[in-house]
Amino acid sequence: MKRLKVTTSIMAIALVALTTTSCKDAKKEHNDEDGHHSEQMDDNSHMDGAMEEDHSKMDHGDMESSDKMMGNAQHASKSTTLIANYLDLKDALVSDDKDGAAKAGGTMVTALNSFDASSFSSEQQKELKDIIEDATEHAEHIEKSPIDHQREHFDVLSKDMIDLIAITGTEEKLYQDFCPMYNNNKGAQWLSATKEIKNPYYGAKMMSCGSVQKEIN
Amino acid sequence: MKKSVKIIALVFLVGLVGIQFIPTQPNQSDSVPETDFMLVYNVPKTIQKKLQVSCYDCHSNNTQYPWYNKVQPVAWLLEDHVKEGKAELNFNEWDSLSSRRKASKIKSIISQIENDEMPLASYTLIHRDAVFTDTEKQDIINFLTELKNKL
Repeated sequence: MKRLKVTTSIMAIALVALTTTSCKDAKKEHNDEDGHHSEQMDDNSHMDGAMEEDHSKMDHGDMESSDKMMGNAQHASKSTTLIANYLDLKDALVSDDKDGAAKAGGTMVTALNSFDASSFSSEQQKELKDIIEDATEHAEHIEKSPIDHQREHFDVLSKDMIDLIAITGTEEKLYQDFCPMYNNNKGAQWLSATKEIKNPYYGAKMMSCGSVQKEIN
Repeated sequence: MKKSVKIIALVFLVGLVGIQFIPTQPNQSDSVPETDFMLVYNVPKTIQKKLQVSCYDCHSNNTQYPWYNKVQPVAWLLEDHVKEGKAELNFNEWDSLSSRRKASKIKSIISQIENDEMPLASYTLIHRDAVFTDTEKQDIINFLTELKNKL
């Protein structure tokens, strides 16, 4: 027993000595700087990519007219997967299915990451990049949050999707719905493929709350 | 039986001492970048102070560490919190966000404060001055709502 006491006190002394002399402060500035550098490099590489695309467009000027003719259908098809994933997510929230929504959120992250904006004008590309960045963040949160948080993020994600579709267009028939009660009566929008109101913000609690704001196509 | 207890205690102690050697990277910076929330907007003094005290420890590049951050594994725990907090929202880098993302961050900030989810209960347990009173809450929400509407 005595030995245990001695060992314990030695350990305690060692512990105090180590914590007071620890050398962990030295590294900090360095790491901060490194962080900034890598961010800047990312930005540059994005810009390089965009510039290269511009060049290639100029080189193939004669192809542009045929691109334009196909433009609308081609653009609209870019959003097809995303819309399908979004509608899966919406359906999961309508049926109060947290796990289903999380899964659909994950699928959406993948679809957003592989969204190909290269056929759009540079101004549209910028806008799309903003939208996709924002939407990705919300989809990521939906993947790992409890259902009330999923719904909060779905609110903004829906806005992102509406703005995205405004740029890409779509061939699908969609209904833009509005629930005036959600988010402390600030209201929230969502998209649906059917005319009947099925509220993803309240699910079974208030299934038919809301109205069609706009029909797309 | 007694011997095994001794051995376990010893292993535990050696482990505890051992982990003190592993370096951490404190979240501290001397300069405030010009993308900082306070520099981008004209923030009223009282709200500035409140944000600084209640949010900036985990949502900026500069944490005011408590003394117990010198001891492991506490430092790791805090490091994780700060890392996660900064990944969600870093007030120092506010202006590098697009308007769309600013709006969606503000929306999240408002709803987290409204629902008492932020500041974290585990944080206000020790940092009593970080707690929002009802008036402070309302003031900050009004300020942020106005900011969001202007975006």
